[in-house]
Amino acid sequence: MSTPSNSGFSVDINALRESLFDSKAGRVLLKQIEKLAVGLTAPVTLMEVCGTHTHAIAAAGLRRLMPEKVRLVSGPGCPVCVTPIGWVDHAVALAALPDVIVTTFGDLMRVPSSTGTLEEARAGGSDIRICYSTRDALQIARDNPERRVIFLAVGFETTAPTIAGALAEAEKEGLPNFMILPGNKTMPGPLRVLVDDETVDLNGLLCPGHVSVIIGSDAYQQIAAAGVPCAVVGFAPNDVLTGVIDLLEQILGEKSVVTNLYKRVVKPGGNPAALQLLDHFFETTDADWRGLGPIADSGLKLRPAYAHRDASLIDVDLPIPQEPKGCRCGEVLRGTINPPDCPLFGKGCDPQHAVGACMVSSEGTCAAWYRHERLVTT
Amino acid sequence: MKQILLAHGAGGRLTGDLVRDTFVPAFGGSVLSQLGDSAILPELPPGRVAFSTDGFVVEPNIFPGGNLGEISICGTVNDLAVAGATPLWLSWALILEEGLDQEKLAVFVQGAKAAAELAGVEIVAGDTKVVPRGKGDEAYVVTAGIGVVPPGRELGDQRMQPGDVVIASGPLGDHGATILACRHDLTGDELKSDCGPVQRLTQTLFDHNIDVRVMHDPTRGGAATTCNEAAVNSGQRIILEADQIPVRAATKGVCELLGMDPLYLACEGRVLAWVPEHQADVTLAAWHQFPEGQGAAIIGSVHERRPGQVPVTLRTRFGVERPLDLLAGTDLPRIC
Repeated sequence: MSTPSNSGFSVDINALRESLFDSKAGRVLLKQIEKLAVGLTAPVTLMEVCGTHTHAIAAAGLRRLMPEKVRLVSGPGCPVCVTPIGWVDHAVALAALPDVIVTTFGDLMRVPSSTGTLEEARAGGSDIRICYSTRDALQIARDNPERRVIFLAVGFETTAPTIAGALAEAEKEGLPNFMILPGNKTMPGPLRVLVDDETVDLNGLLCPGHVSVIIGSDAYQQIAAAGVPCAVVGFAPNDVLTGVIDLLEQILGEKSVVTNLYKRVVKPGGNPAALQLLDHFFETTDADWRGLGPIADSGLKLRPAYAHRDASLIDVDLPIPQEPKGCRCGEVLRGTINPPDCPLFGKGCDPQHAVGACMVSSEGTCAAWYRHERLVTT
Repeated sequence: MKQILLAHGAGGRLTGDLVRDTFVPAFGGSVLSQLGDSAILPELPPGRVAFSTDGFVVEPNIFPGGNLGEISICGTVNDLAVAGATPLWLSWALILEEGLDQEKLAVFVQGAKAAAELAGVEIVAGDTKVVPRGKGDEAYVVTAGIGVVPPGRELGDQRMQPGDVVIASGPLGDHGATILACRHDLTGDELKSDCGPVQRLTQTLFDHNIDVRVMHDPTRGGAATTCNEAAVNSGQRIILEADQIPVRAATKGVCELLGMDPLYLACEGRVLAWVPEHQADVTLAAWHQFPEGQGAAIIGSVHERRPGQVPVTLRTRFGVERPLDLLAGTDLPRIC
């Protein structure tokens, strides 16, 4: 399978894939990590902040292959997990309106709100449809001109441009009934908060590969300048291992820079076309992050010119948000505890009956641990 | 373009035309040709009767490597075959949407005919209903099948023992990946569903006197789900080996692009067989004789399960074991 790229060269995807998943190369990289770890004077905590990294590390079993002194933790990298419960309440309330069709990525369906999940709301009669892309939502809007079709806009800079793209299409077509419930968040903000948080032990960041495609590797310069080494890495096991090596080398060399190890898709300045599209429809706003609290300029809201697309302006009654009792998702999202440290993990909270958002989303840290790290059931 | 009309399902002249002009010529065994209210079957061979039924709603209904007609036969034949039965007779009931192109129906009929011939089964009963336009998605099929398990043949998850090996009859996940790719407009010459009857593969193991403990067809939920169910039923533990599991490059590519795991994707023409380790080579050799068994490989082993241990683990390419859980929630709707 050979795929021509925009820049005119072609890549053999399978050959590339094989090299990135090759366990022989992986073992060499692991040896090097072990060697470097010997030089560490104290244990180090390296954090990734992307649901796909969480999943990739767990699926290959990399966490358990790390030397004792190297701890891999997950940060707030799952967009569904950091979405506050009040926002999900809002989505459920909108879905209850008779002239509304709510469209959403599947991950949100089972996230608990104060009053129940979207899945339960659908069973109760709300018209809620799962989409694979914003294009599907647009099509639903075209097919149902008499109803308001609201897309639940969650995700970081990776998904946000596709939502902006859908808005652009709706504007161009004059499709009046397509709206979004804005809930997108932006990445560098929470990383700065974590770096500044003294309760969070953080010695290096594996920066999110997909987000970096859009925002560029330069977006992390401030974090590196604050003393936390950064490595932008891809999602195959060997990508991650290479990132760990880079961070260890930086720590040992007392350096703190941004290394871009995902050059095959990430540029220093990101994707200007996508950023421009985002900027056209959205402006930054303070946003509430589950587990981290409010963070300045870390969310995206629609510009006033597009208020007619903003479903958050529709008047609905909202309950007072109620966080599930006993759930420690907040600490999991800050990397201060591992999922098994939560009293609910595997005991009342599992992927089938999730209490907290980190267990619901397939990208969530708890879900990844439950699926990939739990070798005993009791 | 000739279309299916509501009257094709009304039991009158058009229904009769369809049966006489389309179904009987295609499936036309001696039993179906009687066109009675019930198919009167010949005397059964000795053994216990196996009976299975399945509904088919696959979307798209024509895909690389198969179609609704073909999969509707294979699904039921395979359920019978992995239970150790020799599949014999099938019923084929259609629910069509008004306006369906008759040429498409002909594709399903030809697909069913070819699959039935390959599987050595006879379609002996059928039905056609037509629902108004907009009330169905072109065509659905329900099949039921009867087979016979010869005397003395006992299969079951409980027969699985530590030391047994798990053998897959070919690359995993091709059907699920193909359907998924179709829905995302991804194409590739090498991407093709594995949809096909497995009864030759199951039969050959008995012909070779292999002590087959149990067999399963890893359909919805894929091999991971099948192994979980088998391990839970047996009380044993199964370890799958990531670097030995056959997965086609094209399927890997689709999974990589769309974030799926081939171990959770459906197969529609594969068997997982649990056999004693010393018979693994004979099993592989027997399967390699058939085109549908060319890619057969040992993918795992059975171990004693101690209290608290998860039923199935995968040894990753890096040599660490991780749990291989059941799929949470729904995977893909309408894959078969």
